[in-house]
This record gives sequence, C-alpha cells and structure tokens, in this order.
Amino acid sequence: MNAEPLIKLEDVTKAYPGVEEPAVKELNLAVNPGEILVLVGPSGCGKSTTLRLINRMIEPTSGRIIYEGEDVTKGDPNELRRRMGYVIQQIGLFPHRTIAENIATVPKLLKWPKDKINDRVNELLEVVSMDPSIYRDRYPSELSGGQAQRVGVARALGADPDVLLMDEPFGAIDPITRDRLQNEFLRLQGELKKTIVFVTHDIDEAVKMGDRIAILREQSEIAQLDTPEHILTDPADEFVENFLGSGAILKTLTLRRVKDIELSPLVTFKEPFQRDQALREMSDANTNVAVLLDRNDHPTRWIDEKALNRSSSLDRAGRPITVQLQPEDTLQDALSAMLTSAAGMAVVVDARGHYLGGCTVESLAGLLIQTGQESASS
Amino acid sequence: MSTAVALTAEDAEKKPTSRRWRADSLDLVVTPALFLMLATLLIVVWNYSDFDQTTTNILEPAKLWRQFQEQLFVAFWSTVLVVVIAVPIGILVTRENVPKIKDTLVSILGLGQALPAYGLIVLFFVWLGQGAVTVIIALATFALLPVLRNTIVGLEQVDKAVIEAGKGMGMTGVQRLAKIEMPLSVPVILAGIRTATVINVGMAALAFLIGGGGLGETINAGLKLNRPTAIFVGAVLVALVALAFDFIGGLAQRYLRPKGV
Repeated sequence: MNAEPLIKLEDVTKAYPGVEEPAVKELNLAVNPGEILVLVGPSGCGKSTTLRLINRMIEPTSGRIIYEGEDVTKGDPNELRRRMGYVIQQIGLFPHRTIAENIATVPKLLKWPKDKINDRVNELLEVVSMDPSIYRDRYPSELSGGQAQRVGVARALGADPDVLLMDEPFGAIDPITRDRLQNEFLRLQGELKKTIVFVTHDIDEAVKMGDRIAILREQSEIAQLDTPEHILTDPADEFVENFLGSGAILKTLTLRRVKDIELSPLVTFKEPFQRDQALREMSDANTNVAVLLDRNDHPTRWIDEKALNRSSSLDRAGRPITVQLQPEDTLQDALSAMLTSAAGMAVVVDARGHYLGGCTVESLAGLLIQTGQESASS
Repeated sequence: MSTAVALTAEDAEKKPTSRRWRADSLDLVVTPALFLMLATLLIVVWNYSDFDQTTTNILEPAKLWRQFQEQLFVAFWSTVLVVVIAVPIGILVTRENVPKIKDTLVSILGLGQALPAYGLIVLFFVWLGQGAVTVIIALATFALLPVLRNTIVGLEQVDKAVIEAGKGMGMTGVQRLAKIEMPLSVPVILAGIRTATVINVGMAALAFLIGGGGLGETINAGLKLNRPTAIFVGAVLVALVALAFDFIGGLAQRYLRPKGV
C-alpha cells in the first residue's frame, strides 16, 4: 500500500523487571490506514501486550511509537488514549452509568458541548443497531452479553477516533452471537473505514476479520504478516503451518463468497404445476430433487420423486426450504447450509429472495481441490 | 445467510429490573420493630414503676436530655474523625504506585480493636487528660479498622476491567477514582461507616468514665445507688440511640447505592 502507515512501532521492546526474556522484543509493525490488522498467536506470545503498547496502557522499555506521523512515545498517555478507541474482552462498561453516559465517556473527557454529545450518543446507538429511545437510559446490567459488547464498540467510537484497538472483543460471547457480531462489525467497518488493530487467539476469527494477519510467536516476533489468502495458501514456515492447523484449505472457505462459484441450475417448478409434467422433467434432467417456487420466484420447498408420488396435495409435497444463501455469504456458510438442508444442496437467492440457482457439494469440492493443488505447487 | 431459524435469546428483550428487594433490606424492617418494642417497654416502665426520690433525681428529664446530647456529640464527632482519617488512608494504600502496606496497616489497626474500648479510653485519658475530646479520639481509634478495611475491600472489589476500560479511554487517575472507583465502592464503604457509627454510639456510654458525660452517667448512677429502674432506662436509651443510627445507616446504604449496581 502506498499510504503512509497510521501507526508504526519501531524497535519496540517491553521487558519486565526481574524477567530475563522481554515480553516483546524489538518489534517493528506498521498499520495502514483503513485496514483491519489482526494480531494472532498462541497464548503468551505477547499479542495483547503489543496492542497495549500502542495506546501506552503498557509503557515500552525502548523503541518508538509513531501515530499519525507523530512520536507519541513520550507525552501525556491520556491524551493519546482519547484519540484511540479501546475495546477489551470483558467490555468493562461502567455499571453505575447509563448506556448513554457510558458512550459519552470520551466526548465528555474532551469537553464536547452537551447537545453534540447527545446527538453523538443517539447516532452511535443507531450505528450498532440499538434503538436509542429504548436503550439510552438503561444500565449495563440490563443488557445481554451481545448488546453489552455492541455498547462497548459504540463507546470506543465515542469521539470518532481514527483507530480502534480491540483485544479479543468477541472472545467471551457465545458462538452464534459472536458470528453475528463479527458480521455486523465487518459491515460497520465497511462504512466507517477505521484503522483497526484486532487481537485474537482464534485463527478462524483472524481469517474472517483481517485484511492482513500478523501471526506472532513468542516475544511478539512476527512469524508471518500477510493477507489471509496468502497465509492460508502459502504459510511461511512450520510454526505458521502448525498454528493454522490441518484445516487450512477448509478455512479458505470463509474467504470466498457464494458469488465466486458457478451456480448449478436446479430443476424448478413454479406454482401451479402438474404432477406428471414434474415427474417427467425430473427424469429428463436425471435428478430426483427439484425446487418449488411460489408465484414471486421465492423458493419454498424441496420436492423429490417420492414426495410427488405419495403426497395427495401438491402444495404440501416435499420439505420446506429453511436455509437460503445469498451471493454475499461465505462458502463456509454455504457448506453448513448444504449439510443441514434436506436435499444435500442449497438454494441461492438475491437480496429480495428471488431464486438465482443452486449450490452443490460437488462445486465446492471442485474448488477446494483446485485450491489445494495451487498451494501445493506454489 | 438468511435463515429461518429463530433468533437467539440474545434479542429477547431483557426486562428493566426494578429496584430489587434485597436481603440487606431486611434490617430496615427489623431495626424499627426492635426500636418500637424497646421504646414501648421504656414508656411502660417510666409510667408504671414507683420512682423513689433517688431514682427521680437520677432520671431528671433535663439531665437525661443533656446526657443524650453529649452521647450524640461524642458519637458523631468520633465517627466524623474515623471517616476523615480512614477513607483517605484506604484510598491511598490501594493506589497502584503505592507500596503494598495495606495488609500490615490492617493488622496494626487490628490491635487497636483487640484492646477493650474501656482500656483505650483509659490509655488516652492518661495521655490527653479528661473530657469529651479524649473520648472522641479514643473511640475514633477503636472504630478506625472497620472503615479502613471496608474502604480497602470496597475499592479492591471494583471490577478491574471497568477500571482498565476507563484508563484505556484516557481517564486520569483522579478521574478514575472519583468517577468509577469511589461510586462503585460506596456500598461497601458505607457498611463500614455504619458499623463504626454503631460502635461509637454504644461505646460513648463509657465517656462518663473520664468526664465525657453521656448516658453512661445514668447507668453508672443506677449501678452505684442500686436503682434497677435507672439502670434500665439508661441502658434502653443507649440501645435506642444505637438502633436509630443503625437504621439511618441502613437507609444511607440503600439509597446512596449507585443506580444500576
């Protein structure tokens, strides 16, 4: 990237007194504006320490921290922290302050006028999809874990900082909610274009969230720093390979979207339809599964030969389609949709729910084999 | 992925919790009940027992009123003194950059409480002479520990993540103390102050020993002159004052607790 890095760590070392080996050793790291840089590594590798060095929650023993072209290694750390959003795993909402007061923390420290703070709080609650009229005056104890984490992000965005530092922000949240928050956050980042340094120990999360990933080994030494694609298909050394685990090629599924693969045409019937004609079309296409569309082209049911033969009423033949894919979904989503679907395949619809095509295990398998061969030959 | 699967419990509206009936609210009922029982008993004894001349002298209302005021005076100022000394020390020893002396401090002050209050008052009398001020200082020493200990515990039980979040957003040490740590430790610190108050109100009955006045005079006179009614009236009055203070402390704990906690 051509742009000047927004944050630069230059030869940063953090050593604790009485401990021989430094926690972070001569680290050089540049974060580009607008990117999500994920720091990932085994526990104890110093990734969290590295993050906390950036806003000087931990003071470096030596080296320099450059932020927006300015050496911020010395000077008031509080000033620096007010210019960076900070999200931690435990969130740390102030339990005795309302949601609005929590979000207003940094603007208040910066002495914004009251009206401006008020507007900003409402805006931020909208941004994280929480209705201000409901949540403004509630207390953190009245929120679920996912909601609390959203408020945590809103609070970090309080004074509209250019940088967000996130320390395992979704680590303590149940998998389903975590997945949703991650998606929401990526959507949000698409609009906000913040510069984000994100710490996690979960390589899957790193692959999903990161524009670039820095895989760290002990003392925060960078084992590999690259895009998720490159790391997954071309790990730099054995350490990275081990850290990625055996499923590295499978993980590339999260990087690709349904729109990247060719959709398979499925046999479709539109209501109303004839039983005999349907059976004939299915045997012509040499398949025993078809998709039933309603009058608006929305897929409604899976139909197979047996169902057609057995069921007396055609509009209740087959099984309902519960999971639909959209072109923006990852292939990981597609795989799980196929596995849970009654027909062993999934239908793809556009944003308005109109049928686009089908996605089959064969097409995914082909893609994976191809990826595997590419990475083996490179 | 658009799924027909129902949303997780996450989206289920959490009902705003009303001010819950806490177990510690029980004393807001028990204390007044006890107070009323004792007060009724006192009125009955006062109206229906035969007072001889000595008893009448001891229980002269004007004298009781003066002793009552002295009792409050000693209790009030010793409590103020305790708070003014113990809370700042508690804050000081829990700061990050202060050497870890709090455990030592708590054990040393524990000695003050191990001595009987009676002994402390006499010790301070030897040192400072007689009068209410000596009693106030002696009682303050005696009641220092609960307030100091609760201040330390109160500040330390504040969720470290909350403090860390405040620090990460650029709150200075003083701002973190004033806006996060103190409000969140108020309930625990108040509990300590409440204990100290009740100790002081009760122990102020010993003030008479070194000329500090108080309702102890009546009890003492009753004992010396063998007048059970006078002993009873004096003791019940001391108990009533202590119960009243305990009740006020309970109210404070309940209503000064920060919202949302």
